[in-house]
Amino acid sequence: MNNSALRTPHSTLTISFTLNGSPISLDVDPTDRLLDTLRYRLGLTGTKEGCGEGECGACTVYLDGLPVNSCLVPTYQVRGRRVATVESLPGARLDPLLAHGATQCGACTPGVAMTACWIIDHPDLLGSHTVRELLAGNLCRCTGYDGIVDGIAAALQARR
Amino acid sequence: MRRPAPPVYSPTVQRLEGLAKLTGRECYVDDFPLEEFLWGATVRSPAPRGRITRIHFDPDIEWSQFTVVDYRDVPGPNVIALIESDQPVLAPGYVRHVHEAVVLLAHPDRAALRRAVAAVRIEVAAEPAVFDFRVTPRPNQIQYGPDNILKHLRISKGDVERGLAGAPIVVEGTYETGAQEHLYLEPQGMIAALEGDVLVVRGSMQCPYYILKALREALGRDETRLRVIQTPTGGGFGGKEEYPSTIALHAALLALQSGKPVKIVYDRGEDMAATTKRHPSLVRHRTGVTPDGRLLAQDIEVVMDGGAYVTLSPVVLSRGIIHAAGPYACDHVRVDGRAMFSNAVPFGAFRGFGAPQTHFANERHMDRIAARLGLDPAELRRRNLLRDEESTATGQVIRDGTDRRAVLEQALLLADYDAKRAAHTRFNRSSAAKRRGIGIATFHHGAGFTGSGEVMLASRLVVAGLPDGTVEVRSANIEMGQGTLTVFTALAAQRLGLDPAHVRIAEADTARVPNSGPTVASRTAMVVGRLVERACDDLLRRLGAEAATGDAVRAAIRHWHEGHRGAELLGEARYTPPPGVVWDDVRYRGDAYGTFAWGAYVAEVEVDLRTYETRVIDFVAVQEVGKVLHEVLARGQVQGGVAQAIGWALLEDCRWKDGAMANAQLTNYLIPTSDDLPAIRVAFLETPYPYGAQGAKGLGELPMDGPAPAIVNAVAAATGADPCVIPLTPERLMADIKNAEHGTRNAELRQVGR
Repeated sequence: MNNSALRTPHSTLTISFTLNGSPISLDVDPTDRLLDTLRYRLGLTGTKEGCGEGECGACTVYLDGLPVNSCLVPTYQVRGRRVATVESLPGARLDPLLAHGATQCGACTPGVAMTACWIIDHPDLLGSHTVRELLAGNLCRCTGYDGIVDGIAAALQARR
Repeated sequence: MRRPAPPVYSPTVQRLEGLAKLTGRECYVDDFPLEEFLWGATVRSPAPRGRITRIHFDPDIEWSQFTVVDYRDVPGPNVIALIESDQPVLAPGYVRHVHEAVVLLAHPDRAALRRAVAAVRIEVAAEPAVFDFRVTPRPNQIQYGPDNILKHLRISKGDVERGLAGAPIVVEGTYETGAQEHLYLEPQGMIAALEGDVLVVRGSMQCPYYILKALREALGRDETRLRVIQTPTGGGFGGKEEYPSTIALHAALLALQSGKPVKIVYDRGEDMAATTKRHPSLVRHRTGVTPDGRLLAQDIEVVMDGGAYVTLSPVVLSRGIIHAAGPYACDHVRVDGRAMFSNAVPFGAFRGFGAPQTHFANERHMDRIAARLGLDPAELRRRNLLRDEESTATGQVIRDGTDRRAVLEQALLLADYDAKRAAHTRFNRSSAAKRRGIGIATFHHGAGFTGSGEVMLASRLVVAGLPDGTVEVRSANIEMGQGTLTVFTALAAQRLGLDPAHVRIAEADTARVPNSGPTVASRTAMVVGRLVERACDDLLRRLGAEAATGDAVRAAIRHWHEGHRGAELLGEARYTPPPGVVWDDVRYRGDAYGTFAWGAYVAEVEVDLRTYETRVIDFVAVQEVGKVLHEVLARGQVQGGVAQAIGWALLEDCRWKDGAMANAQLTNYLIPTSDDLPAIRVAFLETPYPYGAQGAKGLGELPMDGPAPAIVNAVAAATGADPCVIPLTPERLMADIKNAEHGTRNAELRQVGR
């Protein structure tokens, strides 16, 4: 879909990073968003665009293990770093979320699943924060969050 | 892989597409694989009203590389077919609201396209616009009929003037509600492509056949050369009821012009600015009551802002006025409703469809009456809730065997209402900066289309027996998160005694599925689910296997195909109205709905008197919805609806400039986060409805009706203020509290203190 003749001229950068555990090299424009690179260049459409301004969390990916909004990350900034998307989550980990009604329309869900798994993997955070606080960067318009919060609680329970 | 079919479907079946959604595999419109396509975009009006004098294309852009479409390229009548034919596909030289679509562009590169959109300048000779639907328009602002009234509807029961004249106490009140953005997390999107001679439109939608009709009319193209396919839809809430016809037409025009597939996906800002919202409303009440709280007469005036085109405003108004008097018995009721033209982006369908607005007014007003009489708000409701054999405002006699008082009592019990009221009194005396209060709302919601609507829809549904012995449900009703796929699968599996794995739901593709009506009005599980059951019965009849179930059904289907190679085995059902339902659409009298769902919600709030922020600290939602078809899905509908309504009540404030949303971004249009909400406690009472699937009634919209009044009633109880306008933002509440303190308003409330 790129039509270079029409693009504002930029120098192209070649970057290497780790994507879902595998090394990858890409030519990117400095203005490319990680979200678009993942979705439209690499075909990883699990990551969704909900707002494009870092408010809704639908585009959440892990950057060096931390959840970030990929709509706010210029792709060149992931040079040399580890990126993990929802495609890297094993389905079995998501069973408690499914059972408790954590997904309805599904548009926020990949981002919610990323944040939920991050909370479940870091139960120490719950010493200083509630699940509802940790989840507040992911907007959901369908569930009222109860199904998500209950699913995370069940998964944490199962880990003990 | 075969395993014996269980004799009865297990209700623990989980959301069928749930894992695909959780793992990101679900393929939404913007994920749909496309080759050699163009992105489409819309150039919109900068002005609210006037003649387009010039469209300037910046010469720095190489326009020959773009597909450009305007109103002259619409092959048929330039009209988006809906109730009226007043809304153009593309503005024909005249605009009636900001963001009205004027020119369409398409190009392979999205960034180049965005620059091109910014390089088109539309010049408008401005004419006097009207923005305040509450005031009578000046002559030069009249743009619809003689008075800018898009629709005027009336309900009359008994003699309201006589009832008021004879009432010892008359309580008045005026209530207002603001617009609300749907904020489905997946923005609107559509792909149009010519496949041979057939124009195929795929996208995010609630009503494939609405789009088919709109395409047929404006493109002048018969249905054999049109096909509409729903892609998994990331939330709708009504926002994808009528609006998708517009974006489908835009994508279609660009695809026809360019000969290439065209994809239009709105970004969040465009979606918030240019698409529909909940109708703002103003409702006035004048109510006659006895000193012990019996309702004698309800005189209600409802005014809604329809925006710049008729769209669905007549039916939103209709549902609004039918619910305006609440679930109460009263002999004399008059409701006068008007939907007004304004030069705002048209308002449209949104979960609840006019009823949340009128329920907010009525339930706030009930608390004002209770305060005036010195009655517990719960007691006032106990005394007036409809009993079986009593009638609603339209004269519909309720006899569904539901105990509406039991719904209220269950809610009060779960919320610990009496103890909380006492505890709040103590808390409020001891706390300097915080105030707590509890509030209730009792309400109802008619399920399915209003009046004769379901009869006119004449929905049709098919269940096909396939050669491998599985069955396929073919319906136009779509999954948008509410659980249609799971519920239809479960209904068919149970009816036929099959393992749910042997049932599939066909893609909602107008080339393959009959028109079972739109996915709106809380009708899908109740009305269309019943068609699923009846089509299954018809399938068994055709097999001559009425008594058969499970493996015997599968064997009979396979056997039938051995004898009828290449033929289709179809069980079919058409809508038939429940017996005894009579509606007079001229006089607005009779059975407005086949049935109502009933709710009683209790909200507990804490108000911070330093910041005037309101936090909902507990919420109990009890409802009677007939049979609950799926516990997890049903609870999710209620919790999600309550959350959306909490946003409408407290946070979601559409700010306007020239009739367009000025805060069209999530940075300053706030919806509730997980941290803004308490756990929402849900309970169901079940009185099966004989004409709904397995006894189900409509559920999806009911939870939108109760929370706003329950919350604002709780704020009133906490603070002594009398808020009448939502969203009740901190700024508004501060003014309300100051007013109450200074006694500049609400003289009535002071009498209550005695």
